[in-house]
Amino acid sequence: MSQAMLDVSGVKTYYGNIVALRGVDVTVNQGEIVTLIGANGAGKSTLMMTIFGKPQAREGSITYMGEDITRMPTHKIARLSIAQSPEGRRIFPRMTVFENLQMGAAITDGTHFQSDLEKVFAFFPRLKERMHQRGGTLSGGEQQMLAIARALMSRPKLLLLDEPSLGLAPLIVKQIFESLKTLNEQDGLTVFLVEQNAYHALKLAHRGYVMVNGLITMTGGGRELLAKEEVRAAYLEGGRH
Amino acid sequence: MTATPAKPASAVAPPAPAHDLAHAFKDALFSALLALGLFGVIMGLKTEQEPTGLILEQHWERVLWAVGIVFVGRLVLNLTIWRRPGGKLDDLMPKGLQKYGGSTGTAIGVILIAVALTLPFLPGAERYHVDLGTLVLTYVMLGWGLNIVVGLAGLLDLGYVAFYAVGAYSYALLASYFDLGFWACLPLAFILACFWGIILGFPVLRLRGDYLAIVTLAFGEIIRVVLLNWSEFTGGPNGIGQIPRPSFFGLEFSRGDDGFAAYFGLEFSSMHRIIFLYYVILVLAFVTHLVSVRLRKLPIGRAWEAMREDEIACRSLGLSIVRTKLTAFAIGAGFGGLAGAFFATRQGFISPESFTFIESALILAIVVLGGMGSQLGVAIAAVVMIGGFEYFREFEQYRMLVFGMMMVLIMVWRPRGLVSSRAPSVYLKERKKVGADMVSQGHG
Repeated sequence: MSQAMLDVSGVKTYYGNIVALRGVDVTVNQGEIVTLIGANGAGKSTLMMTIFGKPQAREGSITYMGEDITRMPTHKIARLSIAQSPEGRRIFPRMTVFENLQMGAAITDGTHFQSDLEKVFAFFPRLKERMHQRGGTLSGGEQQMLAIARALMSRPKLLLLDEPSLGLAPLIVKQIFESLKTLNEQDGLTVFLVEQNAYHALKLAHRGYVMVNGLITMTGGGRELLAKEEVRAAYLEGGRH
Repeated sequence: MTATPAKPASAVAPPAPAHDLAHAFKDALFSALLALGLFGVIMGLKTEQEPTGLILEQHWERVLWAVGIVFVGRLVLNLTIWRRPGGKLDDLMPKGLQKYGGSTGTAIGVILIAVALTLPFLPGAERYHVDLGTLVLTYVMLGWGLNIVVGLAGLLDLGYVAFYAVGAYSYALLASYFDLGFWACLPLAFILACFWGIILGFPVLRLRGDYLAIVTLAFGEIIRVVLLNWSEFTGGPNGIGQIPRPSFFGLEFSRGDDGFAAYFGLEFSSMHRIIFLYYVILVLAFVTHLVSVRLRKLPIGRAWEAMREDEIACRSLGLSIVRTKLTAFAIGAGFGGLAGAFFATRQGFISPESFTFIESALILAIVVLGGMGSQLGVAIAAVVMIGGFEYFREFEQYRMLVFGMMMVLIMVWRPRGLVSSRAPSVYLKERKKVGADMVSQGHG
């Protein structure tokens, strides 16, 4: 068993007096794709943001490669080779695709910029076509690709993705998940994925967690969870798949 | 039956269709009706104080005039400007400003710079014009300085005049207490204003938008009120007088034997100093421009722009928002301070009167009307606004009216300022511009 890359243990997060996470334990090992699924308001995004230190966990601890990052400011966490693609993409709409990617490389020393650029363009050729277009004029799928590409520009070891499938056509979702798989297999990129699209996420992931009301209720292998009756009932029914 | 080839429809301009006219009439009639409702009571009836009490005077002829003007005006507009294909008010703007393609923009810029460089020696240029040019350039510089904060970093600052005041008072106080000269004080004014920018920056780190605006507004007032009330140090409402004038590499602009005129063998003229001051502010403005253009290409400038777009994304990319914000405030403030020091040395006298909120509003108006983040737009806006203010000086009473109308018109025509497109700061092969209106502000 490889060593835990990201270890979240007993984390409790509050918004004011409202409890959002009631003691969450999640581990992500090197080279894994781990997904966290759950309904609206379960606390998935909160966990993601807590890992990134905004809001900070009130109790419990988060360690990354053995280093305690529970109380670290967000921008310092980002410098530890953790990249995050926040919910809602959050690209810079009035800057060009190229400038967006440059911002992604802001914390690197820039020596690998050209090769990194070519690498992400190889993954997302659409971005190359749109290099000088403003971020805000891209389609939703392209914006999501840009958000992931921008995160990759910081040469991360761990990529945190918050709902990359949000508002995208199924075909595009498939495409994006494919590229995540390739990144994981080729470059050994570790991915922690928060998703509502449980079917695709679990199919992709090595392991998965199910979150309900700020607590992890189930955990197991991706396919294993997918086969479970409770998971199917709660997150997959509706006849879409 | 032989088919005759149909004439191309575009060969003959079709006469205005009848329904167009009818529509125009209907529209004008409706507007007139609205005008009647609006003006009827307001203009038609007037209360007069009479010995017997209030009486009601009737002025229906005024209402008739107003309604008539609205009707005719609307009709004429409907039949002329608004009827044209794609007929928008946009068409009234000069084409050069509309497009602001690379070449047009550069051409305007070059012409403006050429005029600015030669202004004091142009035929017919008198002291008045040079003085006005100096004033305009001061505002151009202030506009560019504020542009860093508002246009690039996206932090709405309503108290920018505070830094202008800090710069002016820094020089005035250093000169009167320590006997320092203008050139020594210039960098000091810059540094002091930077510090004040940071002092303002700290409490507002977590604020955005309206809240930030309120705090900066208050900050501007605090500086002014402190200057006003700390009489023993700043002279209070009496201000500080006899601020030393700048020297030309140690040469004073005086009538004496060691003065500027005598040294160069020229006949003494009071114009020398005026022209010299003009060139000082021109150089200062250029420095502001060059620095902000260069800064935009540096990582810190890019970080400002990214922060304007999305703070959360910035954080997640490892940028420190604290540092980014503080540098924006500090550098923007620094240029305000430089302009302030210049203002003090030009006027020779400063008092808190000169640093009221209306100055902040004016500078902000220049930045917003010019197009946030655009250097050329800000310069044009400063020329138009400050020059316009002077031009309409004879119509003292109506000046603000014209000013207000101009603002409304520009916001109708060019909601994002005169020069609204933003060129990418960096580009690989070719430079492309995308109109800012194609992108919704602040949203993906």
